[in-house]
Amino acid sequence: MSFMEFINFHLVPGIVLGSVYAVGAIGITLVFGILRFAHFAHGDMATLGAFIALALVTAGLTPWAALPVAMAAVAVVAIVVDKLFYDYLKARPKIMTVMASLGVALMLRAVVQVVFGVDPRTYATGIVRPDDYFGILLRDRELYTLAAVVLIVIGLTLFLRHSRWGKAMRAMSDNPDLARLSGVDNRKVTMLTWAIVGALCAASGFMLGINNELHSMMGWQVLLPMFAAAILGGVGRVEGAVLGGLIVGIAEEMSIFILPAQYKAATAFVLLLLILLVRPRGLLNGKVL
Amino acid sequence: MALLDMKAVRGGYGDADILHGVSMTVGEREIVVIVGPNGAGKSTAMKAVFGLLTVRGGHIVFDGEDITGWAPDRIVQRGICYVPQVDNVFREMTVHENFEMGAFLRRGDLSAAYDRIYGLFPDLKAKRRNLAGDLSGGQRQMVAMGRALMLDPKLLLLDEPTAGLSPKYMEQIFQITRDVRDAGVSILLVEQHAKQALAFCDRGYVLATGANRHEGTGQALLADREVAEMFLGG
Ligand SMILES: Nc1ncnc2c1ncn2[C@@H]1O[C@H](COP(=O)(O)OP(=O)(O)OP(=O)(O)O)[C@@H](O)[C@H]1O
Ligand SMILES: [Mg+2]
Repeated sequence: MSFMEFINFHLVPGIVLGSVYAVGAIGITLVFGILRFAHFAHGDMATLGAFIALALVTAGLTPWAALPVAMAAVAVVAIVVDKLFYDYLKARPKIMTVMASLGVALMLRAVVQVVFGVDPRTYATGIVRPDDYFGILLRDRELYTLAAVVLIVIGLTLFLRHSRWGKAMRAMSDNPDLARLSGVDNRKVTMLTWAIVGALCAASGFMLGINNELHSMMGWQVLLPMFAAAILGGVGRVEGAVLGGLIVGIAEEMSIFILPAQYKAATAFVLLLLILLVRPRGLLNGKVL
Repeated sequence: MALLDMKAVRGGYGDADILHGVSMTVGEREIVVIVGPNGAGKSTAMKAVFGLLTVRGGHIVFDGEDITGWAPDRIVQRGICYVPQVDNVFREMTVHENFEMGAFLRRGDLSAAYDRIYGLFPDLKAKRRNLAGDLSGGQRQMVAMGRALMLDPKLLLLDEPTAGLSPKYMEQIFQITRDVRDAGVSILLVEQHAKQALAFCDRGYVLATGANRHEGTGQALLADREVAEMFLGG
């Protein structure tokens, strides 16, 4: 195998997959850091976002125009889910909220299956030939995916670093009691967090769908790699989630060099076990779980 | 009339009372210290003022208004700021961001407030971009005080600001406390270093098992035989 073949058939797909994982892992890490529980409905929220975008595409929008609308829609869904289920349990032990999120996952998936069926779908039909950029082969959808992920990460980072409410979110993640003493309204931060997390879910689901296909289990199947990415990078750290996502994505695409292809999905699990053994707080020193 | 007037306050975290009738006052521009053995209820008395406790009896009057039972965010806006004994900075945020969070409820131009804080804590000016969690214990304590002062309170509650600090830093914290007072802020603080604290404060209270035991000027308490036997090592 030549060097360019390695790049085009393993590294580029790994980076694309990894950036999609990164977007999912950022959401997981925000929920972990600020609301302090493992959100198992994350994958199925992504599925919902992907299918909302499909409905919009069916209605005539182009896929990339459907993305922001789907992000806004799932942001609202996430806020409503929080108000209906998680908020109700907030005084209880966190494990109850974790279990509730598993229930929400099943509910969201059932809604998708009832509305859209269980057959695989795509945003566009036909074969797209990649363009050649100095020997690197990239399809438009891959280029747009990478660009969208870069925009999302930069936008979110700027928001968290420089805006008043972004800082409030970081303060809440850092030291919730002190944030409250400083006058930060817990309910507002929670709502804002869910809006962002919902939007990120939709984005990751859409990008998975456009680079592959849509089916009702798609989100559930990427939940493990997304969690692995969040923990690998260090829980609560946005940069960590990006790093972790890229590592998991690239490792999955490279795994076929040492593992039979059927075991690709086990790569994330192996990485998760390894990091928990040698560096349980993740590469960038996240929170203790 | 005193700025803060706590009258026979009873209360606790759950059903059991920890405070069994604590009374104290803090006047304008006064530094008042609370000393007492571990577990006496010093922190709890301070939390009662700040609305972090279920108060079941007595009254807390601040600046002419009864604030008994108010929530902390309302008390903050009324002009009391609180520096907890532990976990009192945002470790993953920079020094400057800690101050910004302190001023979260304040709108408008804050440059005068920042100038004032960096004037009180000149050492922190060079460290404003460092993470608070990376600073030394003494500097972290200054960040904690600075965060609380950003809201320009009338009364500052400090829970053991010198715990674990070297004598040099302890002196520095006491000096800053005086500077803050001279700038017009009243201060109520809990201190483990009883001898040094009583020597530097205006008035003091000795608490034991959730109730007042002694009170008086710092000098009078230092001279009291019973107080001396209790903690000053005889
Ligand atoms: N959050 C809490 N919930 C329940 N009980 C508490 C809580 N905090 C303190 N207590 C109890 O209240 C009593 C008084 O504690 P407090 O922290 O006020 O003492 P302190 O005088 O500040 O002691 P120290 O010098 O150790 O800081 C202790 O018996 C303690 O166990
Ligand atoms: Mg205490």
